[in-house]
Amino acid sequence: MKNKSLVSISDFTKEEYIRILDRAENFAINPNQRLLEGKVVAVLFFEPSTRTRLSFEAAINRLGGRVIGFTDSSSSSVTKGESLRDTILTVSNYADLIVMRHPKEGSARFASEISSVPIINAGDGANQHPTQCLLDLYSIRKTQGTLDNLNISFVGDLKYGRTVHSLSIALTHFNTTYHLVSPNELKLPSAVKMHIKNSKLIYNQYTDFSQAISISDIIYMTRIQKERFSDPIEYEKVKDTYVLKADMLQDIKPNLKVLHPLPRVNEISEDVDNLPQAYYFEQALNGVYVRQALLASILGN
Amino acid sequence: MEKIRKELVVSAIENGTVIDHVPASSVFKVIRILNLENVNNQILFGTNLDSEKLGKKGIVKIRDKYFEPEEVNKIALVAPNATLIIIKNFAVVEKKTVEVPNTVEKFVKCVNPNCISNHENIITQFTVIDKVKTKLQCHYCEKITEKKNMVFI
Repeated sequence: MKNKSLVSISDFTKEEYIRILDRAENFAINPNQRLLEGKVVAVLFFEPSTRTRLSFEAAINRLGGRVIGFTDSSSSSVTKGESLRDTILTVSNYADLIVMRHPKEGSARFASEISSVPIINAGDGANQHPTQCLLDLYSIRKTQGTLDNLNISFVGDLKYGRTVHSLSIALTHFNTTYHLVSPNELKLPSAVKMHIKNSKLIYNQYTDFSQAISISDIIYMTRIQKERFSDPIEYEKVKDTYVLKADMLQDIKPNLKVLHPLPRVNEISEDVDNLPQAYYFEQALNGVYVRQALLASILGN
Repeated sequence: MEKIRKELVVSAIENGTVIDHVPASSVFKVIRILNLENVNNQILFGTNLDSEKLGKKGIVKIRDKYFEPEEVNKIALVAPNATLIIIKNFAVVEKKTVEVPNTVEKFVKCVNPNCISNHENIITQFTVIDKVKTKLQCHYCEKITEKKNMVFI
């Protein structure tokens, strides 16, 4: 993993994910380890994202590294019309690693090909967000004790949610059974379903949320965005259908946990927050440990 | 007699390559994909010729030029049934059909308007994930470009 870029979840092998997750467990116990002492990490956010950026910056700081960068493109030379190529060629002279979020799909792959230092993709448009996927895997393993043979329900917008796509693909290594709950307009793309099928795994599709709850080890909730619908009436029809409320969690497996990549709007009712099944805020904290593990593996001395 | 007359619609070449059974609508695309606009060789072509196999077909003859297989396979995207004929001394020395390649570079545009390859100066690259239906996956944005959406650069 040393000096390797992470652009897409498929860039790493199953063994490499496991190694990162194991290492992240160590940072959860002992977060302050100065493994990036003397290193400079550029954090380039061409579009704003508070959670991901702060999580990366916290991870770099806990490892003793220094952060340079910008938090949205209005405060960078992009507003002067600079190409991504020129920005990356310049910044790769200043830093030992670049963490990048960019609104265009494929931007991170392109950057990794022209940069002299490794790139970590912190989200490229609707395409990939591999560190979110790693923290989801970490959270699943932490709450279930294993990644193998689990029943995982994905709920909400399965069509546009990049976290759902990356996680579904990563989970094909672990004999997962998939339960896909969504309105017809927002089903998982056929390319991802094909990937599941080719891995000889089973997926079931539902429009009725209640059918999937009792069989799940993990319920992975996502936000349904109004702008995804061409017909506003269709949105009104489904908007309250995929909301998880406390009284729906009656007949459940004892090990069930509810995950959500955040930010949440109304798809998980606040009365779920205090239940033992709610795990989404801890999930966000795990992001720092996973990013520390990744940074240390790529750049550590 | 009729048959001979038809074959002579585009005159024979002494040495070089003939690309036959090109769909009539794809002749100019084939010329562009093989970058024949920028070579000094003599090129003869015909289109909307009668064909038993295709109804109407096109044919391209390039004098004194032989292609590498991967170079010619690029045209399989627009001319999947094309035949490649190597001519030496007016005689056919080799005849083969084109094959859809594993990867495609440069001449196809990614269908995704939000793909970085449509915004920066980038040479496009695709993996062919379905050779029968001709589906290309973009190396950059990972979206799939299908045959019906294919635009040639």
